[in-house]
Amino acid sequence: MTKKTKLLLGGGVIVIALAYLINSGIREASVYYITPSELKAKGGTVPDRSLRLGGMVVPGSLQWEPQTLKLTFRLTDGKEEVAVEHTGSPPDLFKEGAGAVVEGRCVGDGPFQSSMIMAKHSEEYSPPEKGAHPAEHIHQTLVKPQLTP
Amino acid sequence: MIATLGRFSVWLALALAVYGICVSVLGIRRHRPALIESAEGAVFSIFGLSTFAVLLMEAGLVGHDFSLEYVARNASLDTPLFYTIIALWGALEGSILLWIWLLALMGTLVVMIERKRQRELMPYVTTVLLCISAFFLFLAAFPASPFTTISPVPPDGRGPNPLLQNHPLMAVHPPGLYAGYVGWSIPYAFGMAALMTGRLGETWIRTVRRWSLAAWGFLTIGIIVGGRWSYEVLGWGGYWAWDPVENASLLPWLTGTAFLHTIMIQERRKMLKFWNVALVIITFALTIFGTFLTRSGILSSVHAFSDSAVGPLFLIFIGLTLFVSFSLLVYRSDKLQAESELDSLVSRESAFLVNNLLLLGFAFAVLLGTLFPLLSEAVRGVKVSVGEPFFNTVNVPIGLGLLFLMAIGPLIAWRHASLESLRRTFAGPLYLAVVGTGMCWFFGVRGLYPLLAFALSLFTAVTVFQEFIRGVRARRRNTGEGYLTALSRLTSRGRRRYGGLIVHLGVAFLVIGITASSVFKLEQEVTLKPGESLQLGRYQVRFDELSAWQEPHRFVVQGNFTIFNANQKVAEMRPAKRFYPAEQQPIGTVDVRSTMREDLYLVLSSFAKDGTSATVKALVRPLVMWIWVGGWVMILGSLIAIWPDRRRVAVTEAAGEYAVWQPGRS
Repeated sequence: MTKKTKLLLGGGVIVIALAYLINSGIREASVYYITPSELKAKGGTVPDRSLRLGGMVVPGSLQWEPQTLKLTFRLTDGKEEVAVEHTGSPPDLFKEGAGAVVEGRCVGDGPFQSSMIMAKHSEEYSPPEKGAHPAEHIHQTLVKPQLTP
Repeated sequence: MIATLGRFSVWLALALAVYGICVSVLGIRRHRPALIESAEGAVFSIFGLSTFAVLLMEAGLVGHDFSLEYVARNASLDTPLFYTIIALWGALEGSILLWIWLLALMGTLVVMIERKRQRELMPYVTTVLLCISAFFLFLAAFPASPFTTISPVPPDGRGPNPLLQNHPLMAVHPPGLYAGYVGWSIPYAFGMAALMTGRLGETWIRTVRRWSLAAWGFLTIGIIVGGRWSYEVLGWGGYWAWDPVENASLLPWLTGTAFLHTIMIQERRKMLKFWNVALVIITFALTIFGTFLTRSGILSSVHAFSDSAVGPLFLIFIGLTLFVSFSLLVYRSDKLQAESELDSLVSRESAFLVNNLLLLGFAFAVLLGTLFPLLSEAVRGVKVSVGEPFFNTVNVPIGLGLLFLMAIGPLIAWRHASLESLRRTFAGPLYLAVVGTGMCWFFGVRGLYPLLAFALSLFTAVTVFQEFIRGVRARRRNTGEGYLTALSRLTSRGRRRYGGLIVHLGVAFLVIGITASSVFKLEQEVTLKPGESLQLGRYQVRFDELSAWQEPHRFVVQGNFTIFNANQKVAEMRPAKRFYPAEQQPIGTVDVRSTMREDLYLVLSSFAKDGTSATVKALVRPLVMWIWVGGWVMILGSLIAIWPDRRRVAVTEAAGEYAVWQPGRS
């Protein structure tokens, strides 16, 4: 075997390993975006899959119990509502009437179990007025504000 | 007044850039040095004009000239002076102005330093830099003008985004990142010049080494300081979230790192010529892509993208850059043949080749993960994102592979390493790394990846120390110098090599910090009444009371906590929430108590309005400080590697303008 073949072979092995890693990474870490209507259309539950559920926090549905840190609320896309349960305090920008995306899973027929809340002033549900201050787009929990270099 | 002068200077600078491009092309085609000199004059004038424009903008900000829309949006009467000054890079228009100024500054430096030494390449370099300037000046002149006025003039402005006026690191993070982005224009311009002239030998590679290192160093500062800012401001207890904007800054860093390594192969072995030009093109395109992602908001907000004309313009510019550059590259490919071959698979060359493959694989995975929501929506019609787990699954193994190569690469011989030399070099470090890893196991580290990460970092650190110790010993034997003299002379005689080794040591620290702080993280969130406490690791955190007060530009609610360790009071900590008038919601301010051993991190996540309870999130993260220290060690290493060598400079000057900087002998 010439050096060049060996080199190509070595490179090929590395490339295949990388492709395998990327493929399994995608399979393990895929999170599907879903709206309350889509969730209801699927019978209200999608088992064994990470989901990102986006919607507006229904006014009057937000309840927080400081002692147990239990946070419950409903998300709506204007047509359907989904009950969500989360443990932890509400993030800074999270409030009734504002947009939020929660990541988590469906457990049986119970409320959607959220493990992470991304509060935002979602452009889909409450579009900012023209020339509004861009800080209104801040995704507080994980995503930096878009104006942050 | 400011608006008129500002707009005029931007337009004039744009006109000068276009003029410079024309005369420089004409000068090259007709061999007229006077025209080329005139183009260089345009570069200097653009620098003068953009400095003037930046000063005007600062005058507008500091002088509260709210007739300027940018000032009205990003400054207010109550904003402290410091944050008013740095509001220059608080939003799109000002950032583009900063970009232009940095590019003009670097362009001026390049022309001044290199025009005598690189008479063949420089006219082309000037042209390419002027083209990049022209693009950004066009943005500043039309779609993203920083000097737009509004009427009626508001009595007060909105002030900067609260997240951006909450921490002094905002003064360092964006400029560092931008200097890093802009800095890569220069190696790119030289690469293009080499393609256009067909002078694809080692000259351009030698010239760009320092410029690339400088750009790389700035990018490193920008990334590390950005991580620290995220850690101390965003309040989720982490420093890296694989967020699109963060990833955008990592991409050119990765490909740039690959470039810094392969140019060594080209210098020494005249191989990888094609690859090096391709890498510098990709790196440059990624810096523009980074600016685009940061500023267009395509991934976090579809709105901002469609609203602004800037996004599509960036895409057109990137597309054009890639098309022209790669066409030129293919056109010149016959001149890019390697002049030697790989001698052995056990050699520094092959270690560098694998390192490049892994760095590019890393970059590709990051790019794919970042764009995945867009790609999946376009291809399959379903919006799917891949979050942190994807990046960890893919990049941790690649990172470990890179770490291994980082330890062995600098110590393996060029061309062919014998088994005996490998044993002599690596037996000691390997032995120490195995012992160290055994100790990690003994102290409770479990899991393949964490153990490997510690083992390989340790291995790297030991090889670096071994190199220094061996070098110092050899010098002392030969010259009888003292330890410190020997160390400083050793380093200054081989700045490239020893600077590089110090960078590697910094990376080892960084990896140790990242691993320890991720694997041994403790976290707890509870609601406490005054006098109650929580226990986390060694710490007892007692909530004393809430206090609140009004400051000129904000209202502050603060939680007062006392920290005990084994019943000994060790600190008082005061996480807070700050309410800015322009926002409906508060911004949390964390309090971190850092030691070399571990960080205690407190967030006031919620409170009862009557002060009867507070919800606090507490984290203990070991060795976080090592990440920042590692970052500074990396910067120190790159400074050592960049530092001009006095002897060589003297020789160059004595030999006159035709002398070429000699390649490192390390």
